[in-house]
Amino acid sequence: MSDRVSLFVTCVVDQLFPKIGLSMVTVLERLGYQVDFPEEQTCCGQPAFNNGYWAEARVTARHFLDTFDACERIVAPSGSCTSMVVNHFAELFRKEPETLARVEALRRRVWEFSAFLTDVAGVEDVGAHLDEVVTFHDGCHALRELGIRSGPRRLLAHVRGLELREMQPVEECCGFGGTFAVKFGELSCAMAASKADAIVRTGARAVVSLDPSCLMQIRGALTRAGASVRTMHLAEVLASV
Amino acid sequence: MSVEFDRKIHAALNDSKLQLAVYTATARLKENRENVVAPSVLPDYQELRTQANALKKHVVENLDHYLEEFERNVQARGGKVIWAKDATEVADFVLSLARERNARLIVKSKSMTTEEVDLNERLEHHGLESVETDLGEYIVQLAGERPFHIVAPALHKDRYDVADIFQKRLGIEREVVPEKQTLIARKRLREKFLAADIGMSGANFLVADSGAIVLVENEGNARLSTTAPKVHVAIAGIEKLIPRAQDLAVFLKLLGRSCTGQELTVYTSFLSGARREGEIDGPDEFYVVLLDNGRTRLLPDRGKRQSLYCIRCSACLNTCPVYRRIGGHSYPWVYGGPIGAILTPQFLGTAHEPALPFASSLCGACAEVCPVKIDIPKVLLELRSEVRKSEARESRNRLEKLAFRAFAWVTSHPRVYEMLAPVTMALMPARLRDRFGLAEPPARTFRQLWSRR
Amino acid sequence: MSRENILHRVRTGLGRGAGLAISEPPAVRLRVPQVDVETRIATMLRRVEALAGKTHRAPTMEDARAFVEAALAGRGAVASNAPYLAECGIPSLAGVKSGIHDREELRAICATIGVGITSANYALADTGSLVMLSSAAEARMISLLPPAHIAILPADRILTGLDELFTVLPHPAEITSSMVLITGPSRTGDIEQILVRGVHGPGELTVVVVG
Repeated sequence: MSDRVSLFVTCVVDQLFPKIGLSMVTVLERLGYQVDFPEEQTCCGQPAFNNGYWAEARVTARHFLDTFDACERIVAPSGSCTSMVVNHFAELFRKEPETLARVEALRRRVWEFSAFLTDVAGVEDVGAHLDEVVTFHDGCHALRELGIRSGPRRLLAHVRGLELREMQPVEECCGFGGTFAVKFGELSCAMAASKADAIVRTGARAVVSLDPSCLMQIRGALTRAGASVRTMHLAEVLASV
Repeated sequence: MSVEFDRKIHAALNDSKLQLAVYTATARLKENRENVVAPSVLPDYQELRTQANALKKHVVENLDHYLEEFERNVQARGGKVIWAKDATEVADFVLSLARERNARLIVKSKSMTTEEVDLNERLEHHGLESVETDLGEYIVQLAGERPFHIVAPALHKDRYDVADIFQKRLGIEREVVPEKQTLIARKRLREKFLAADIGMSGANFLVADSGAIVLVENEGNARLSTTAPKVHVAIAGIEKLIPRAQDLAVFLKLLGRSCTGQELTVYTSFLSGARREGEIDGPDEFYVVLLDNGRTRLLPDRGKRQSLYCIRCSACLNTCPVYRRIGGHSYPWVYGGPIGAILTPQFLGTAHEPALPFASSLCGACAEVCPVKIDIPKVLLELRSEVRKSEARESRNRLEKLAFRAFAWVTSHPRVYEMLAPVTMALMPARLRDRFGLAEPPARTFRQLWSRR
Repeated sequence: MSRENILHRVRTGLGRGAGLAISEPPAVRLRVPQVDVETRIATMLRRVEALAGKTHRAPTMEDARAFVEAALAGRGAVASNAPYLAECGIPSLAGVKSGIHDREELRAICATIGVGITSANYALADTGSLVMLSSAAEARMISLLPPAHIAILPADRILTGLDELFTVLPHPAEITSSMVLITGPSRTGDIEQILVRGVHGPGELTVVVVG
C-alpha cells in the first residue's frame, strides 16, 4: 500500500489559517505518510457554486481536476470543500460526459482529514496529547453530506489529557453558509450567537471542528459574546504532543 | 434582496417576543418528532421514508394517469371532480355552487391550498361568510393575518394576543385563560358548523384507486365541516395523489410523527363521495376541486419536481435554523420554511423574491427530516443558479457576476492566485474581518510556508 | 376546458402520451405480526389510556352494560344502531335514545346530548385507535358532536395496526363513504402549545372491550 498523500489545503487554510495545513502535515507524517503539495492548486469553486454562478464554478472545478487528476490520495482539512468535490462536482458537470467521467474517477480518492484517518489510515490514536476541556462542533457538510459524526469523536477520545463535552443542542448550523453570512449577516450572527451560547454552557475552553469556515464564524461569535473559548481545528488538536 | 424581505427579517430578529414564541414552539415540535422516529421507537423509519419517496416519485411521473383514475372513481361514487387551473377558477366554482344552493355560510377546515388561492378573501368579497374552524386558523382569521406556520397557524400568538383578538372581534369580555378561550371558540364555531350550508376542506391525500380524500386532524373540525353541512367541497393540489388506499400504511406512519410527534392524529378521515344509500348522515353532495396553480410548471424539471412530493408535514420548518428565527410571516408567500423557499420561486417565478433561495446556510437539516426525502438543499442550489441566469439575461447584478468571473479566472491561474493571496485579506471589508475575528492576516500563506520546508 | 388544459400540461411536462400505460406502483409490503388476542387487548387499552382516554375490560356483555350505566351517571345518551350495542343491551338503558335513522332528528339530539355511544368496526392496538365505518348501523355524528364518546366492541375486532387494517380492508371506499380512525379524545395545542381537550370533537373518550 502506497504511503503517498496529496494535500488539498483549501483556499481558506492557505490564505487565512496556514497553521491548520501544517498541523495536518505533521499528523500525516507522524503516521508515516509521504505528503506532497500539488502547487497548481487554488480552490474547489464552492463560493461560486453556492452563489449560483455555475459556469464560473466549472472553470475553477476544471482546474481542480487538472491539478489533482494524477494524485493517488487527496486529503483536505475541510468538510465543505471535500463535499464540494465528492458530491457537487457531478452536478456541475452533469451535461459534460467526459468531465463527468473524470469527476467520478477522482471523487473516490478525496477525503476529509478525519475520515482519511479513520477510514483509510484505519487509526484512532495518533499519539496526540492535549490537556484541555473541549467541545466539538459538527459542521453541516461533514455531518450531513459526508456522514461524518463518530469518527472525529473517536479520534478526540484517544487524545491524552483531553476531555470532550457535547454541547446542547448538538448538530445545529453555526450560520456561516458562505454567501449566506454576507447577504444575511444579521441572521447569520443570530445563529452564531446561539452556537456560542451552547459552547459556553459546556464549560469547555476550546471548540474543535473539521471546518475552518465554521471555526471562523464561531470565533467571531465567541468574541462578541465576551467568551474566552478558543477555536481549534481537529488537525491542530491531533498535532499536539 | 427586496427591501420588504430584508425589513421583515430584521423586524423578526429584533422582536424578542416573537423570537421566544417561535423558538420554543418549534423546539417542542422538533423534539416530539425526534422522540417518535428514533430507531428504538420506529425501526422502519428510514425504510418508510424510502417507500414514501418512491411512491410519490411514481405518482408524479405518472400524474395524468392517476388524475384520471381518481376522477373516474370519484364519479363512480356519485361525486364530482372540478379542474381548476388557478385561483379564479376555484373561487368561481365555489361561488356558483353557493349561488345555486342559496348558500350564505361556509365552514372550512385548515387548508394551505385555499390560502394559496386567497379563497376566503374572494368569497367574502362576494358576500359569503367563510369561517375557519381550526382553532389556530380561526384566531388568525379574526386577526386578519396569514397563518404563521403550516400546521400551527397561531404559533406566534400568546394568550394575551388571543384575548385581545377575541375581545375586539367577538365583542366579548376579555378572557386570558387558554382553556376558556378554547371553549369560547368551540361554542361559537359549533353554531357555525350546524348552520353552515357548505363545508370546505383541503385534503392531505387524494387516493386514486378509491376516489377518496384523506383528512388528518386533532380537533374534529374537519370531521364536523365535512359531516354537518349538506355539501362538501374538498380542494387539493394535483400533487396530493397517492395510488392506493393501502399506501396510507406508509404515509400515515410518517405524517403524524413528522408533524407533531403523534403516531396518528386524533382523527383520520377517509372520505369517498356523498353519503351512501342507508347511511344516516354525511353530505348529500361531494366535490373535489383539483388545483393546478403552477404545479404543472414544475413537471418538466426532473431535478426540481421532487418539490411536489411534499405532504405538508412542516418537519422542515420546525428544524430549520432560519425559519426558527425569522418565522412564517417573513416569507414572501403563504408557504414558509424550507418548503416555502423552494415552492415560492417555482410557483411564482424567481423574480418574485430573488433573494429567497439564498436565505439558507444549506445546512441540510430539512432534507434529513423530510418524510418523503425531498433534497431541499439541492433544489435551492438549482434555484440560485436560475436566479443568476436570469440576472445575466437581464443584465442585472453585473458587478457581482464580474467579481465571480474574476474569481474563476484567478483560481484557474495559479501564479496569479499566488500573487494575489496577500491582497485578498485586504480586499475583505473591515466589518467582515471583525465578524470572523480575522484581525491580522497571517505573515505567510501555507504555500509559502510549505516551500520553505 | 380546464380539465383538458391541465391534463395536457401534465402530459407535456412529463413527456407522456394520452392513455399511455404506466408501470406498477412500488409495492408496499404490509406486515401483519402474529399477536394473540390477550396482548392485543392489553396494548389497545394501554395506548388509549396513554392518550388520556378511559378504558374498561368487560368479561361479559352484561358487565359492559353495567359499566356503561355507571359511566353515564345520569347523563342522557344517544346510541348508534350497531347490532352489537343491542346485543349488549345498551339501548334499554335509562336515558339512552337509539334507533334513530333520520339525519335531522339525529343531529338535533347529538347537538345537545351529553354522551354518544357507538360500537366500532375495528380497533388498532398499536395506536389505540377505533375504526368507524359510516353505515345505517353507525352514524358519523354520534362519535363527533356529543362531548363524551363511549365505544363498546368485542375483543376479536382488535387488529394489530394499520398494516392489518389495509390487509383486511384494502378498499374501504367500496363499503362506505366515511371511514374514520379515532385515536384519543379531541385536542388542540393552538394557543401557546397548551394542550386543551374537547375542541369540537368529544373531550372524553371511553373504550370498552368485551371478552
